[in-house]
Amino acid sequence: MSETLVSVQDMKVHFPIKRGVFIDRTVGYVYAVDGVDLEIKRGETYGLVGESGCGKSTLGRAMLRLNEPTAGKMVFDGQDFSALKGEELRKMRRRIQMVFQDPLSSLDPRQSVESILVEGLRAHDLDKGKESTSKRLRELLSAVGLPSTALRKYPHEFSGGQRQRIGIARALALEPDLIVADEPVSALDVSVQAQVVNLMEELQEQFGLTYLVIAHDLAVVKHISDRVGVMYLGGLVEEASAEDLYAEPLHPYTRALLSAIPVPDPVVEDRRERILLAGDLPSPANPPTGCRFHTRCPWRQASRCDTERPVLRELKPGHKVACHYAEQIRSGEIQPHEVKPILVEEGDGLSPDVPLVGPASVTEALNP
Amino acid sequence: MALLEVRDLTVVFQRKGEEPFRAVDGVSFDVEPGQTVGLVGESGCGKSVTSLAIMGLLPKRGAKISGTVKYDGTDLLKLSDKEMRDRRGRDLGMVFQDPLSSLNPVVPIGLQVTEVLERHRGLSRKEAMIEAKNLLDKVGIPDPNRRLKEYPHQLSGGMRQRALIAIALACRPKLLIADEPTTALDVTIQAQILSVMKELVQDLGTALVMITHDLGVVAGLCDEVNVLYGGKVVEKAMRHKLFAEPRHPYTHGLLASIPRLDAAPGEKLTPIKGSVADNIPWEHGCAFAPRCPNALDVCVQVTPPEEDQLGRLLRCHNPVVPGTPAAEEVPV
Repeated sequence: MSETLVSVQDMKVHFPIKRGVFIDRTVGYVYAVDGVDLEIKRGETYGLVGESGCGKSTLGRAMLRLNEPTAGKMVFDGQDFSALKGEELRKMRRRIQMVFQDPLSSLDPRQSVESILVEGLRAHDLDKGKESTSKRLRELLSAVGLPSTALRKYPHEFSGGQRQRIGIARALALEPDLIVADEPVSALDVSVQAQVVNLMEELQEQFGLTYLVIAHDLAVVKHISDRVGVMYLGGLVEEASAEDLYAEPLHPYTRALLSAIPVPDPVVEDRRERILLAGDLPSPANPPTGCRFHTRCPWRQASRCDTERPVLRELKPGHKVACHYAEQIRSGEIQPHEVKPILVEEGDGLSPDVPLVGPASVTEALNP
Repeated sequence: MALLEVRDLTVVFQRKGEEPFRAVDGVSFDVEPGQTVGLVGESGCGKSVTSLAIMGLLPKRGAKISGTVKYDGTDLLKLSDKEMRDRRGRDLGMVFQDPLSSLNPVVPIGLQVTEVLERHRGLSRKEAMIEAKNLLDKVGIPDPNRRLKEYPHQLSGGMRQRALIAIALACRPKLLIADEPTTALDVTIQAQILSVMKELVQDLGTALVMITHDLGVVAGLCDEVNVLYGGKVVEKAMRHKLFAEPRHPYTHGLLASIPRLDAAPGEKLTPIKGSVADNIPWEHGCAFAPRCPNALDVCVQVTPPEEDQLGRLLRCHNPVVPGTPAAEEVPV
């Protein structure tokens, strides 16, 4: 079971920032994903967490080549997925399916459930005759817990939780090996979230699926995942099994993240110590030098942190962390200190050194 | 007497050619100075409408409001628009969920803060600017002098929410209503904002009404918790009591369906079956009955009355017996 299904190597996604009217001039890049390596084993659930803007969704999309990665590759089941082209790529895509965050906007409002589900089957020549297809559709619906009467209905006739079930059925229809779920439950009410989380777990057992779950809610990710990767500003800062990560977070950012999540228990809440991070996430267009987290890190040291970018290294078996001083922080040798919040520039986040040559819009070009 | 006394607050939306809809149905609660009261529930339970009704922000046409909302002895629902305008911002502050859509995008932050100060405290523009700078400083905005001149789009989500809190606090209101103040924010920023709000309640003795769907936020912040379902309060208790022994099957189910960070590995979640769409109207029984694992025949025939049980208000025919684990596994 420990066979590697997905291996991502040094994946980078940089979005160009363009200026100019007639000639597009690239004046900078948003470093959305900046050098990520990860491996997902067959049958496991890999959880990717991080706050908004950390690049977790972009990484997921780049792995599926919904955004072309700038550099790096993804090896899927021994084949280089990034090098595939045309028909080969299309065929391979059957094996990697995606479940999106907002079930209403990711389902075509003018397609009935039946046509939504059949579309994928047809595209991949799995539609073998009326009878077998209709049997397959019924199987799918019962697998996700919807009545077969749902086939004739349209997405707006369902509640949020049921729509997410349709989204999952659509992904399941093609018998994929890997399902990438981008925030699968964050648009749902809490009482319904649990239904979808349980459903995903049951389906995994039943069909032997491999999941990559991308979410901002660490509690959900911890619940559903075997291994968890924590992202900060385009890079992985820590990777460990879900229990390990919670029991002993090694990266300062993970520690702060864990301590910030409210637990629905007043007894625990009153006792907890909070690590409050100062300031905001820096702009990914102008990331801090060295360790990306050093501007907000309460454990920051005078040397190395702002000059040298730490690499992900294995501190104990199966537990990787990208921090120069992880050992010292773990042993308590380095104590946290006060951090002054640093002003974060919003907007395009271009560094002031970049000269903004050329007009920024047509009106500016016409009325200089 | 409590600072805010809400009694039997009912909001009915009436649209032409449609059945009237009871968004809030006889909600009552008190808030004392320095106390935080939570209104918790899922979307559509009437928590936000309750806050808008208290602030007098619901449209006059189409929304029928009854009951009383007594603030310091005066019934806010009986005040004229002009009287209410004098109170909003001065006595009553409100923090909304989405800071980007509740700040004016074409007015600098500074002006939006000083506006309140000039209107209610009669400060001059110059004095107001100095005060505004202090306010931004207090809610933890770095470099406030520069921020005063900037527009909302130039601030990050967390900073915008802080600016909104600064505006709400500008006149040191005795009552602050926060409607999902952290829902749009990341957890680390949420922790910052919650700690700012906690300090305010402690230092200034502000009464806080916290409206949220996040039971975790409630557990850390609120003194008293009201759980709303379908427009009615189904359970009300002090937070330690409520979380230690949830008696209403809905509260119990909510707590069992949330993945907890400190849960043992391999622990299963117990969801509540169905969705809000399955509700039945309160007139014919308990709105939660179709989703309730404890439902009896009586639940769909008789509206459960509100009962006082040793400092806990409960609206249920067949409450959860303390100590019961989660309800039996519900087939998905």
